[in-house]
Amino acid sequence: MTQHQPNLKAAKISGGVHTDQRHDSAHKHVAGEAVYIDDMPEPAGTLHIGLGLSNVAHGTLKSVDLAAVRAAPGVVDVLTYADVPGENDVSPSGMHDDPVLAEGKVQFHGQPIFAVVATTREQARQAARLGKIEYEELPSVLSIWDLDPENDKQVTTPLTLNRGDAAAAIAAAPRRVKGRMKLGGQDHFYLEGQVSLAVPGEDDEVTIYCSTQGPSETQHLVSHVLGVPSHAVQVEVRRMGGGFGGKETQANQCAAIAAIAAKKHKRAVKVRLDRDEDMTATGKRHDFAIDYEVGFDDEGRILGVDYMFALNAGFSADLSGPVGDRALFHCDNAYFYPNVHAKSAPLYTNTVSNTAFRGFGGPQGMVGAERVIDEVAFAVGKDSLEIRKLNFYDPMGTPGERNLTPYHQKVEDCIIQRIVAELEESAQYTRRRHEIAAFNANSRFVKRGLAMTPVKFGISFTKTESNQAGALVHVYSDGSVHMNHGGTEMGQGLHLKVAQVVAEEFQIDLDRVKITATTTAKVPNTAPTAASSGADLNGMAAQDAARQIRKRLTDFAAEKYQVPADQVVFLPNRVRVGNQEIAFNDLVKQAYLNRIQLSAAGHYKTPKIHWDRAKGRGHAFYYYAYGAACAEVSVDVLTGEYVVERADILHDTGRSLNRAIDIGQVEGGFIQGMGWLTTEELWWDGKGRLRTHAPSTYKIPLASDRPKVFNVALTDWSEAYEPTIHRSKAVGEPPLPHGMAVLHALSDAVASVADHKICPRLDAPATPERVLMAIERLRAEAAQAK
Amino acid sequence: MATVKTRNHIRFILNGEDVVLGNVAPDATLLDYLRLQRTLRGTKEGCAEGDCGACTVLVGRLSGGKLVYESVNACIRFMGSLDGCHVVTVEHLAGGGDKLHPVQQAMVDFHGSQCGFCTPGFVMSLYGLWMKSPEPSDAEIEKSLQGNLCRCTGYEAIMRAARAISDYGKAAKDPLLVERKAITARLEAFRDGIRVEVGEGKDRFVIPASVDDLADVLEAEPTATVVAGSTDVGLWVTKHMRKIAPVVFIANIEGLQGLSHDKGVITIGAGVTYTEAFETLSKHIPALGPLIDRIGGEQVRNMGTIGGNIANGSPIGDTPPPLIALGATLTLRKGKTRRTISLQDFFIAYGKQDRAPGEFVEAVHVPVPAKGVHFAVHKITKRRDEDITATLGAFWLSLAKDGTVAEVRIAYGGMAATPKRASAVEAALVGQPWTEATVEAAMAKYAEDFTPLTDMRATAEYRALAAKNLLLRFYMETTGTKAPLTVSRYEAA
Repeated sequence: MTQHQPNLKAAKISGGVHTDQRHDSAHKHVAGEAVYIDDMPEPAGTLHIGLGLSNVAHGTLKSVDLAAVRAAPGVVDVLTYADVPGENDVSPSGMHDDPVLAEGKVQFHGQPIFAVVATTREQARQAARLGKIEYEELPSVLSIWDLDPENDKQVTTPLTLNRGDAAAAIAAAPRRVKGRMKLGGQDHFYLEGQVSLAVPGEDDEVTIYCSTQGPSETQHLVSHVLGVPSHAVQVEVRRMGGGFGGKETQANQCAAIAAIAAKKHKRAVKVRLDRDEDMTATGKRHDFAIDYEVGFDDEGRILGVDYMFALNAGFSADLSGPVGDRALFHCDNAYFYPNVHAKSAPLYTNTVSNTAFRGFGGPQGMVGAERVIDEVAFAVGKDSLEIRKLNFYDPMGTPGERNLTPYHQKVEDCIIQRIVAELEESAQYTRRRHEIAAFNANSRFVKRGLAMTPVKFGISFTKTESNQAGALVHVYSDGSVHMNHGGTEMGQGLHLKVAQVVAEEFQIDLDRVKITATTTAKVPNTAPTAASSGADLNGMAAQDAARQIRKRLTDFAAEKYQVPADQVVFLPNRVRVGNQEIAFNDLVKQAYLNRIQLSAAGHYKTPKIHWDRAKGRGHAFYYYAYGAACAEVSVDVLTGEYVVERADILHDTGRSLNRAIDIGQVEGGFIQGMGWLTTEELWWDGKGRLRTHAPSTYKIPLASDRPKVFNVALTDWSEAYEPTIHRSKAVGEPPLPHGMAVLHALSDAVASVADHKICPRLDAPATPERVLMAIERLRAEAAQAK
Repeated sequence: MATVKTRNHIRFILNGEDVVLGNVAPDATLLDYLRLQRTLRGTKEGCAEGDCGACTVLVGRLSGGKLVYESVNACIRFMGSLDGCHVVTVEHLAGGGDKLHPVQQAMVDFHGSQCGFCTPGFVMSLYGLWMKSPEPSDAEIEKSLQGNLCRCTGYEAIMRAARAISDYGKAAKDPLLVERKAITARLEAFRDGIRVEVGEGKDRFVIPASVDDLADVLEAEPTATVVAGSTDVGLWVTKHMRKIAPVVFIANIEGLQGLSHDKGVITIGAGVTYTEAFETLSKHIPALGPLIDRIGGEQVRNMGTIGGNIANGSPIGDTPPPLIALGATLTLRKGKTRRTISLQDFFIAYGKQDRAPGEFVEAVHVPVPAKGVHFAVHKITKRRDEDITATLGAFWLSLAKDGTVAEVRIAYGGMAATPKRASAVEAALVGQPWTEATVEAAMAKYAEDFTPLTDMRATAEYRALAAKNLLLRFYMETTGTKAPLTVSRYEAA
């Protein structure tokens, strides 16, 4: 790179907040120079792991004969649970139900039983197939659909939310509907699979380069597994090739196995899962069975609603408790329920343990809410958008009661009305509604559908201690800045946004701020980069660190130049001290010579939030992010095939730190949400084997699945109601549920075959098959009604 | 057998460098070679089965004396198939300097990368497209990206970048085009016209010098694995960890590259890829064009062959049903003996074809439908592009002057253990007036022809229903109606 020549006359720094910057690694991405864990040069003698996976869904291990594995070419060792020096558990929830390697029993098809350590990865994978394992098979539960959410086994404590008297309100309501929805899960399909490289150090030390969203948690769990203090374990990650929640807890098992082998053999050890293994052996978005009953008036105003959100936790708790909680937190989406009762049921099954996935149960809650809206709309015979508008929370600043959530938090920042109104206008909703009706009346084989769905997404971890962050900022004596914080980069542009914040604080150009790998050795005890919180938390922590240093520089300059501190002003790349301007670099140099500390650790904790789970009450979220999406589809009624003709999105990221990055998050989130609700189908066979374990069988959207017309905009008028980092709003998860608009547009097209008289109850994923079967069902019902 | 002159190493160009390799396993993949032996780690492994495109590289080869560059999946491309080729990886584009290639700069400026892991693959696919079509339409861009998955961006930013590439530089100044003559000369110099044999005993691979030589090799080694595009066999290695040696690579045998149209019959050599066959097939049999566009992604179509699609006998191969409906025949060869059979008879049962040990598919002959004959093929999948068939129906119909069905051939994939004719349905149509009522009556006969399975792609019920509905769609098409009969991405509805 060329030597930096700071512009000392600039009116503005280059790369501050609220500017569109390109991803800091974009150049390296396109050149193939960005280094992911598997791209790092391996230390000499690096060994590789192949996993031996369970062939049954549930059973006790009668015998595990690994003689042939040990005898295979290149095999150095075979690890089983007996090789775990500390506790054989990587449960993130403290439930002690996530063995590193199966001990005595297996609880899902694909559970790791042993780990081959070999000279090459290919040898390790080959040998891993040679294990002779005898099982005593036990009865297995493979789906939640037929389970009893009240009485069947749950992996952790469910949550209940209650406000008013839902049962009485429903009973007394003029109209009532009761139903059930099947909602599929989703594989993360990060392009870079799970990977860890463990390098042993002296004594009890080990360094793990791990594709993880939660380096601190990986560190703590590995130390637990190794039986050593956390200070012996260092976890580092420069970037991930995608995360989406799939590397929040799911990275820990690979990291632990790599660390165990590395310490045992005093050699570097790499674990990199094959795509099939990754999809088979690591957790996914939870599939749900949603039971609902709603009471409403003849206008379509909801009076009371009762939900049961049963979720497929899989064999262990992992994060299923909080995922179920977040589903309940979003079962209102943007709607006020005068009376509500909602319950979660994290059910045990003999499938892989499900985990975090962008939205973390929130989208599932919202899908439930939108199904209820649809039911009401069909019951009263109105356009579902009318029902939506009728039931929105009151707009910001309205006095009254229609702003209380089911968890008793007051919604103070509701802007959904304005967003929906603007989108309705820009997407020409009403005009297209009429055009589509005319088209459908004249089209026998192709039907069109249109829908608009809102999003209100709560921002904060519901686990209070996770709402903190740390940062470490150094200013070197030449004025260049080294920035480090607890957040991880998985493509979302977090490092860039935090660097913009630091550049803004010092008023120096962005390229003076060095982005560095996340490591537990620089910033300890961090929250995973999750819950959309990355920039909110780490941006604040980095700002705090930068402000500490800036204050020291200010005090130093004030003293040295004998001016009041308020006459020390940071201008672009320079500092005005009294009547003179000094280059930032020069002031830093002077400060160094005067022995001023130019390094600081910053910290931030989110204010205002509290949450009492036992009571189901609290101020669970610091604020909400809003948005709305409108989608139009065409459906072939002979085959169920469809295309998305158009999608329009208007999304709120407050005063965006970087609109270019945020637009990318909204576009990508929508497509990912659309994939979840349309073509991405997880399919287990009768033996509990996941048969959609690779891209050949598991179909995420392609470029040719994009809406033919795709208009995405950010609100240019909104700003965070709370003093967030530069009044921006989180953007990671909130756009994903915009994919609901496609599901509802499909539903609308399906409904047209029965003259919009019957709620299609289209389940998800709405594959062409589900769409066609819904069409057939509606036609049969309509014929019967005649 | 007389001693045959052989060469015991492969030769190719990697980026700028001539490579000679004598020690290479029959199942060694290009991706592992690049990443592990050459530490060229810009090329990524995302799935190891040719579906995600993170490993996309360009392979240049001489085709009819012309140097052609195509995107391929390095993860399932065997090293042995690269003899005489030019392999271009993402590291070659920027030429080592700080200045990016136009494709790369457009991706940077339009925010085409987020996590960046899929990005080198997208860059290579777009590069391959841009070389062929510097000002591509959206449809062309989407087609070229069918084999590239991105989980972050939602593709919109990548599309914007792809549309803008030519604003960043002209294709004429592209290094690979500038060097075209020199590379061609170097590849020409590699051609010695003799058989390549690398490795010992069973653990070896052979690249026959000619079709006759291939016949000799397979006579001597009838159990060898014949590999053309490796889009299926690649997975036997990367996913099933099967031992495939000895291997015979046939992709570069000139005698299998024939593609001709003569007296109403298209003859396709067994080594012809989907990409190569596309133009001829879609020109003479237009319904096959859109079908080929939905087989695999661009990388798979650049490697996979119609011959391989037939020879491997899969019940869900996309070309056998339409070719059966068209009345195609196969030339099979064993030693010096050739025989020609109808394609329909080639498929005996699941995993069993009418092919003797040592015998190989040499060519397929496809009769072009006569004027007035109706022909269509419809593929049903979960995702429109780059997906494996749930059910696929092909329809060939000849009407008599009085409007009755003179002759009809209907064949399906995904409905039985082999690609299969719908005989009962056909019987219900022949001699009947070609009307919706006749079609409806025939639709009831599907249950006699097919008992489909439920699997991860579709349930038996859906397959049965969608399959018979395709006959109705076909009927409507023959009526010449202007009304939309199905959804479409590229045509105005």
